[in-house]
Formats: sequence, C-alpha cells, structure tokens
Amino acid sequence: MPDSIPGYIGQSVPRREDKRLLRGEGLFVADIQLPNMLHVAIARSQFPHARIKDIDLSKALSAEGVELAISGEDILEHLPPISGMQLTTPPGYQERVDTDIQIPDQPLIPHEKVRFVGEPYALVVAKNRYLAEDAIELISTNFDPMPPVATTDDALDRNAPLLHENLGRNVAAILHTKKGKGAEALKTAPHRLKRRFYHHRYAAMPMECRGVVADYDARTDTLTIWSSTQVVHWVRREVANSLGMPEENVRCIAPDVGGGFGGKGHVYPEDILVAYLARRLRRPVKWIEDRHEHFLNSTHSRDNIYDVEIGFDNNGRIETVVSDFVVDSGAYSPIGAGIAGNSIAHMLGPYDIPNYEASSKIVLTNRTPNAPYRGAGRPEVGFAMERAVDLVANELDLDPAEVRFRNMIKADQMPYSVGLTYRDGVPIVYDSGDYPKALERALEELGGLKSIRKRQKDALSQGRYIGLGLGCYVEGTGVGPFEGARVKIDATGKIVVATGACPQGQGHETVFAQVTADLWKVPIEDVYVTVADTAHVTMGYGTLASRSTVTASGAIQLASDEIKEKVFAIASDILETGVQDLELRDSGVGVKGVPGMHISFRDIATAARPGWGHKRPEGIDAGLEVTSYYEPPTVTWSYASNAAIVEVNPATGQVLIENYVEVHDAGVLVNPAIADGQVKGGLVQGLGGGLLEEITYDENGQLLTGSFMDYLLPSASDVPPITVIHQETPSPLNSLGVKGLGEGGAIAPPVVIANAVCDALRPFKAEINSTPVRWGDVAAIFGDDPFKATSTTTTPEMDE
Amino acid sequence: MDEQSISLTVNGTEQNAKAEPRMSLADFLRERLGLTGTHIGCEHGVCGACTVICDGMAVRSCLMFAVQAEKKEIKTIEGLADGDTMHPLQTLFSEHRALQCGFCTPGMLMTAVDLVDNNPSITPPEIKIGMSAVLCRCTGYEGILKAVEAYAMQIKGV
Repeated sequence: MPDSIPGYIGQSVPRREDKRLLRGEGLFVADIQLPNMLHVAIARSQFPHARIKDIDLSKALSAEGVELAISGEDILEHLPPISGMQLTTPPGYQERVDTDIQIPDQPLIPHEKVRFVGEPYALVVAKNRYLAEDAIELISTNFDPMPPVATTDDALDRNAPLLHENLGRNVAAILHTKKGKGAEALKTAPHRLKRRFYHHRYAAMPMECRGVVADYDARTDTLTIWSSTQVVHWVRREVANSLGMPEENVRCIAPDVGGGFGGKGHVYPEDILVAYLARRLRRPVKWIEDRHEHFLNSTHSRDNIYDVEIGFDNNGRIETVVSDFVVDSGAYSPIGAGIAGNSIAHMLGPYDIPNYEASSKIVLTNRTPNAPYRGAGRPEVGFAMERAVDLVANELDLDPAEVRFRNMIKADQMPYSVGLTYRDGVPIVYDSGDYPKALERALEELGGLKSIRKRQKDALSQGRYIGLGLGCYVEGTGVGPFEGARVKIDATGKIVVATGACPQGQGHETVFAQVTADLWKVPIEDVYVTVADTAHVTMGYGTLASRSTVTASGAIQLASDEIKEKVFAIASDILETGVQDLELRDSGVGVKGVPGMHISFRDIATAARPGWGHKRPEGIDAGLEVTSYYEPPTVTWSYASNAAIVEVNPATGQVLIENYVEVHDAGVLVNPAIADGQVKGGLVQGLGGGLLEEITYDENGQLLTGSFMDYLLPSASDVPPITVIHQETPSPLNSLGVKGLGEGGAIAPPVVIANAVCDALRPFKAEINSTPVRWGDVAAIFGDDPFKATSTTTTPEMDE
Repeated sequence: MDEQSISLTVNGTEQNAKAEPRMSLADFLRERLGLTGTHIGCEHGVCGACTVICDGMAVRSCLMFAVQAEKKEIKTIEGLADGDTMHPLQTLFSEHRALQCGFCTPGMLMTAVDLVDNNPSITPPEIKIGMSAVLCRCTGYEGILKAVEAYAMQIKGV
C-alpha cells in the first residue's frame, strides 16, 4: 500500500473526460460512421402476449435499399437465446438462502410468441435508417392474441396463461431466508403492525438510448462491437458463445456512454443480433435505439409489492420483521434473482433487529423485463422498511427520529454481524461507520429536531402543513466476483492502465488516474487510463452495483504491486543499493536520503526489455506489464441518513420540498467533487421516482408511457435545495479505505417524501404506502374542505 | 425519395449538401456534415440534447427539417470554442462539475448561450426556468445552474 503522503486521492482533480465532451468531440455509439455501413430497424410487438402465426417479409425485402429482413424463424438454427443466468450466484448463497430459481432464457427474436409490447419479432437491414424504418411498415403479420398476464396477481392465479410454458409456472424464482426466530417472534412481540407497501415501476432512462455497431473482419475472423453498455466483457462472452467464436476474436468497446444507471448493465438481444448481422453480411451494421423503443424495450425497474409485518415493544424497539414480497419481473429476468436477493439482504438496514424472515417471488408478467436500476432492490425494500419504522413511531406516539435512534446499530458495535448472507455467498458484516451520527447530522443540518418540531407546530396552528421525512439505508457495494486491470510501464516511462470498468459518466479515467498516480508517486499527467475495451484486459466484469472504485482500484493496486517488485529489483541492481533503501520518487526509483541516486521509470523500462543489452538481474523476466484480478473478500458497506422538510399545499396537494439533506458515507473519497456529483445525481433520480416518473400499463398489458410527454423526468426547475454531507469512515476491507457510491443517492428519496407528507398530515392520520406520491392523492386526504381535518387514508387494500 | 440540395452556413462555413425533404436537421448535421457533437436524445422535442442555434435562436434540431435550414446560419457545439480556446461557458461547466456522461452537454451549452447572450440581464430564477428546456439525467442540475449563473455574471461584467 502507498504510504500516507498526501497525493491525488482525496483531491477534487478536474475531470480529464470533460474537454472532449464539452467540445462535441466525444464519441458515442451513434457517432460511429464506418464505410459501407448498413442500418437496422426493428419491428416490435404491439401485443403483450400473442402467438406468432405468420410473418411475411416479402414486401419489406423488395423495398428500396433493403439488404436483409429476418424474423425469429430465420435465426432459430443460428442463434441460441440469451441465458437467463447472466449473473450467477456462488454456491454459498444457495446454501444459506433457500432458492428455487428457474430464470427463462430470452430469445433474440422469438419465433413462437411475443411476451411484451416492444419485443422484437423481425428486423430490417437497409442502406440507411430511414429506409429501414420504411421497410418495417411493409412487414405483414398474423398474430393470434393470447390473454395477457397484466399484473403479478394475474400471473399467480391458478388459471393464468403461462408466459413460458416450459417453466410450468409464471414464477422465475422463489427465495426465502430467516434470521433468529423469524416470524415466530411475532407471537411474543407486545405490538404488531401489518401493512402492504408498493414501489412503482420506473426506469433508468439515460439520456443516450442504447445502440450497437459491429464490424466483421473476414481476414482475421474477428468482430469488433461498439455497444452502449456497462459490461463490455459480458457482451463479448455472450457474442462469442452465440456465434461460436473464441472470445479472443471478439472485441467489445463501450465508447463514451451517455448514462446507464443499471439499464445498460446486462447483455440485450440487440448486442448479439447486430454482431451476427455484421458477420453474416460482411459489412458494418449499426442499430441505434430511439426513445420510443427505449421505453418499450430497455429494461424497467422497481415494481415490487411488499406485505410486511413488524413486531415491536413498548419502547419502539423492533423485535422482528417479516416480509413477503413480489417482484414484477416482466417477461424475462435478465439479472435473475439479483433484485430480490438485494432486497432480502438490505431490509434490516442500519438497525439492530434480532429476528427476520423474508420470502420473495419473482413473477413473470407480459411487461417489459425488469432489471436492476440504481439501487436495485434497495429503494423498494427501503420504502417498505422505512415507512414501517414511521408507522411504529406513530403507533407508540414517538418521534420517528427517536425510534430510529433506539434501533440503530451503534458505532461501537462495528464491525456488526447481521446474521444474513450476501449474494456473494459471504455472511453479511457491516464493516465500518457511525449510523446514528449520520442521522444526527442530517437533522442538525435542518435546524435540529426540536426546532423542526416547533416550527411544524407553529405552522399547523396557521393552517400550514409542514413535515419532516426521514430515510436511512445501508448499501453493500464493491461486490465481486472480481475486476481486472492491466498496468504497464511504457517504454517512455509513462504508467498505462486499463481496467474492465465501463464508465457512463462516473469519471473513471480521472479517478483511476488519481489512484494510479498515488500508487506510483507520479504526476497524474503521466498516467494513461483506458476503460471499457476488452482488447486491453482479458477478463473484466464491468460497472454496475456501485463497484468500480473498490474493485478496479483493487486490481490496479495488485498489478502495480507485482510490477513494483520487478522495478525495485532492477533499480536495486543498477543503483547497487538494497531494495529496503529504495523508494518511489520523481517518476522513478531513488535511494532514500540520497537525492542524486535515482533511476527513472523510462530507464527501468529500457533495462527491463527483452533481448540484447537488457539490464535485468538474474531471475527477473522481461517486460513491465502485469494483468491482475482483484477478488474482493466481500462487499464494503456504505450507508446514509436522509432528511427532508416538505410543505403540503392543502388546496392542490402539491408537495414542495423545502430542503433535502443526505449524510452519506462511502469511506475514503478518491475525488470528492465526483463523489458529490454521484450522490446528488442519484438523489434527483430518486426524487423523480418519488414524485414524477412512472411507467404505467393498462389492464391489458399495453404500455401507456411511451414518450417524454407521458413520462416526466425531473428538469432543473423540479429540483429542491439539496445538501450532501460526506462522512468518511474508511473501509477496513481494502487498503485505500474506499466504498462504492454510485447508487446510494437514488435509494431513499421516495420514502423520504412519503414519510414527510405523512408527517405533515399527521392530524389526518394519513398513510401513503405506495409510490409515486401523487398530488391528487395528497389533496384527497384533505377531503372536500382542504382546511378541515378529517381522517382518511390512501393505503392500498390488503389481500387477506 | 428525391434529395434536395441545401445551402446553409454552419459554424461560419458555407455548406452545400443534399438531403431528402424528410431528413431532420439533426440527422443532416450528424450524417451529412459529420458534426456528431449534436446529440439525439428523444426525437420528439422534449429532451433538448439536439439544441443548436439557428439565426441566433436555440432550436430543437430533431424537430426541424434540414430543408428548413436553407439559407440559415447554424451554430453547433463544434463552433462554440474558438479553436483551442474554450468558450467561457465550457470552462465554467468543467469548473462547476456541470457534466457527467456529457450526452446532454452540447444541448445544455447551446441553450445556455442562447439564454444568456440574448438576455444579459437574466436572473438566477429565470436561468432555472430557461435551463429546464434540456434534460440531464446525471448531475441533478446544480452544477449546470451554477455554471450558467457564473456565465451570466461574466457577461454582465460583475
């Protein structure tokens, strides 16, 4: 590990990505133009569930500029479906969490039936996109509509039609886990509270839709794929498997990627199809998703129903949490049981709760597939849990902040063993942090609990409804299985780094240059970083699950450590000084305390070269290049406390966020300004989900939100004042002390808003137990006369 | 479909190129002129990523046909810097952390230039409303608003 001389880590170094992006010189997939390139348009199902009886491509094939038109049947023998198990879990996980997992495979183009509105059934390749879209209009089809499975309730009905007949059920996975006495502990709890919570469907919605360009070189039998993806190595793996090529002959590059947030975190059919077409046609092929397609076809997220029962004592100490939840996975589940697994592992959050039991069903419906999006199970379970904590407080007439303090794990309990298993198969141990302090600081930032409550009371006496909303969470970050990095000292003495990380705006080129510069004690300008290109690192994993700072830094460090041994051996030989008396300095190695005794990395690189005239000591092999794979022992635990003040307008139901605070801890921050931007950006996505963004379907499974006219993304005017405070407790699990932070911000806002509105409307005993928080529903709580308090509720009905 | 010949000025240079009447100005700039700095985010006029300046006013290039740009003067992101010298707003965007993935950035910059240059006495609340014309999914807007406010102050000479 580097010694503690302050370097670049911890500095808000300006981003090296900015210049090209500010000048319009970035390269996004859509910007790639290759000679002789063809363009793909995709025909997408307008039915949620239908048998494909006939697809007639003849007119499309004879249309102007069309080179090829194919349907599912045409590729049936050439291209297998994408495996439902893109993300695997280790054996330890299945042993400790009861699982029954049958994830359906996803055909690249189905030939028997379509399972959601937007699923591809044919495609056209033409001279340009305009002509390709013209030809799509000429495809005639005969579909036999089947009864849609529009909701999870429909799906679980005994008489429901099956989406995937081979599974024999509309359930992709069942998970169950238990801590302590689980549900048994309800029997002895002095108080019990049971509610249904719903977190609605919304989506990552990056500003750049997806896109793929592929180019096949017949001479070398190699494919180059540019994809707007978070996982280049997964794309390479799936393309190589599907097309029967060695991975070595498939190169995947994610150039500049215009946001991902999880929605680009797995392999899609188009990644493989476009590669296939380029090889088949021997010409470059391009497919760029348009926004309407993105709404239909790129994965959605959230959409979970929770039935929660909680047992607690007279002091508000929670004795057990019992949760039974359903994930509406849509027609496929590209990330398998990942979301539900996360939810189960994160429900107890920052609280010290002795008993817990959770059961989950991942249910298949005729909707767009559901995959992780920023938070991935944590916002959903956080909504249920943090609403429940507020309800416990209401029940006992305690302050919700007080109930949280009473249940929180204290700093002196760290590291804290939770008694559950993470999805990496390792028992969960919260590694470090001070949870109560984060909540205290959040409240202080808003003026302190006492003054907030006084203000609220005074306001109420004037007919104004002000509420305090709280939301606390923990987040496993930096998950395995591994990340790869190649480090080399170039012949010029520059340090060159490549990692499997695939940024989409996180500033990795800057962050990993900072880490590397500190590891080698060189000016940051001497570090060159390549990301998201399989040609540079043999095995990589990608950027999702708040993992890259932890895992890619770890890999860079391992590779650097190995090269340093050689560097020191060579320097020791040339400087005729023992390794123990050498140090890294001035872009080379010097003898401690002797300013003149120094050899530069450039000279060491020359000495390390193979062949005549090398200056390597006995036993040191040639070259200064190492690829290493960091396999984290388990996840690092970031956490946060959120607090917000809202005012509710009784006439309109408008929820005005006066101030929003998040106290966030992701350990040591490599680049505080970038970290701050990550948390704030996530927060605004969470606020969007809490108040504005909603993907809706009608009762027949037809998507109702297919454009930005129907789906409201937060704009600059929608954003309230936000304060983010970073509490930096180093992780003991890695030598840099870092934890992950990409997702955190997006986790709490929906529940913070719901809690704040309910707090403001305490005189009405209002309960908002579902998202998004709609002004109309809030206005309804006030009844006909907005200034007269009457009791009402917007709680959804329980099943039973 | 028959292509039509279009003459226009882009970033100070006269251009002649052909396009079908149905081709959007955004596609024309990107595909015919190779100016791929103008990004396409929604093609229905909401996200604002494709914003360019047309005869001194910000327009959505996805909602305008290329043929409508006949004889117009267009400015795109590629024409914002003066050679290697960044436009002040570009520098301020970097300083204020106003970009992450950079996809909306060209639209943000062109919108901000239009907003401030055409209204030098603009106030921060007006900037907030004006900049709501372009969607950003990464930053949460704080840095963008700060950068544009700082630019407005520079223009005012404060």
